[in-house]
Amino acid sequence: MADMGEGGGGHEKGGKKRAKKGSTRVDMTPLVDLAFLLLTFFVMTSTFSKPKVMSLVYPAKPKPDQVVEEGPKINNAITFLLSENRIFYYQGQYYPKGDPKATVLSETNFGSTGLRKLLSDLNNYVLINVKKYDAQFAKGIINEQERSDLIKKAKENTKALKVLIKTDDKAICKNFIDVIDELRIAQVGMMAPVDLMASEYELIKAKTK
Amino acid sequence: MAQIKGPKGSPTIDMTPMVDLAFLLVTFFMLTANFRSEEPVVIDTPSSIADLETPKNVVLITIDKGGRVFYGFTAGEDARIRVLKSMSAKYKVAFSPEQYKKFSTLSSFGCSVQQLPAYLDLDVEERKKTTFSVPNDSTNNQLRDWVNYGNIEGTSAGAIKYEEAAADNPDVEMNEFKPKFILKADGKALYTHVKNVIETFRDLDLNNLNFVTSLEAGKEK
Repeated sequence: MADMGEGGGGHEKGGKKRAKKGSTRVDMTPLVDLAFLLLTFFVMTSTFSKPKVMSLVYPAKPKPDQVVEEGPKINNAITFLLSENRIFYYQGQYYPKGDPKATVLSETNFGSTGLRKLLSDLNNYVLINVKKYDAQFAKGIINEQERSDLIKKAKENTKALKVLIKTDDKAICKNFIDVIDELRIAQVGMMAPVDLMASEYELIKAKTK
Repeated sequence: MAQIKGPKGSPTIDMTPMVDLAFLLVTFFMLTANFRSEEPVVIDTPSSIADLETPKNVVLITIDKGGRVFYGFTAGEDARIRVLKSMSAKYKVAFSPEQYKKFSTLSSFGCSVQQLPAYLDLDVEERKKTTFSVPNDSTNNQLRDWVNYGNIEGTSAGAIKYEEAAADNPDVEMNEFKPKFILKADGKALYTHVKNVIETFRDLDLNNLNFVTSLEAGKEK
């Protein structure tokens, strides 16, 4: 296109009078400049990856007139207590100060050596089962639906880990999300964010001093 | 010595293919680009391995670093006007037709109903400088009403979409079209602020919440 009419107005036979033909070659440099400018603009402004969401189902609030049912006795539970970028935990039930089995907080970290290892050890039962079902699924012994049902069942088993998350007034949102994320990785099916008790707050305070 | 000269080519390069390519790419990016919607604050979301797509029909609560709360929903412009009318009736705050119009295009806002008329009169840049927040404490929980009305409108908008989709494909599930509740909290926001918002949702018996997270690279499942 740009090279049309090269050497405009060469041979002129006959007596026809023509206006002098100028070169029709168009300088495309500005056009290219503009095109690439626009290109750069759109590349920069477009957001490719849509933000992802993490779905969380909270336990329903009990109605005022509803009798709170005592759940089955917790035998494999862990409670995480979050403070600003620090994470403490204790296993099993809470025993107040003075009790022979008084609860002592342990500290861990949010990294793969701390929280992830802890959770994968404690939730071994579910992880092993999930692996087993995945292998069966890969071999075609069970189908997709059966697999997800079996995994769900394993997560609800009494041997599966149950997690309570409590946060103090200094904990930040990132800490909470990090814990939830690790729970996902460790295939923990049962978790609930719970309010911090005053006595637990005292324990955290003593630790973070 | 006679030097052999190659035929001298024209020094001008034919740029046509380059221009073609450039415009092709421009067109591609123009059509695929989804621009970041105008947000009242910059939120640095925490990362996670979650890989669910952001749903279409949402009630979005944004919580910034300082704990300010913003409210937005995507049920459509008419729905926005209806929600604002409900709020205006409930809190006895009058809005002018222009303010209704402005509100219908506002993606997200952070102020109380009483501040809203003045807030709507500001332009986009001035709005960013405000330090208001949607009140959600126990004495004055406006967020609860916003969420409630937003949920009602979102549900009816979703029901219409569902019927349309069901006409083409009977397999679609109603659940996909119901409004989803999304919390977009800054990673550095105090969790107590987030918790207040979560409690507001739980008071309304809306227990399934979604946290916006950025995809974490290098953290395998």
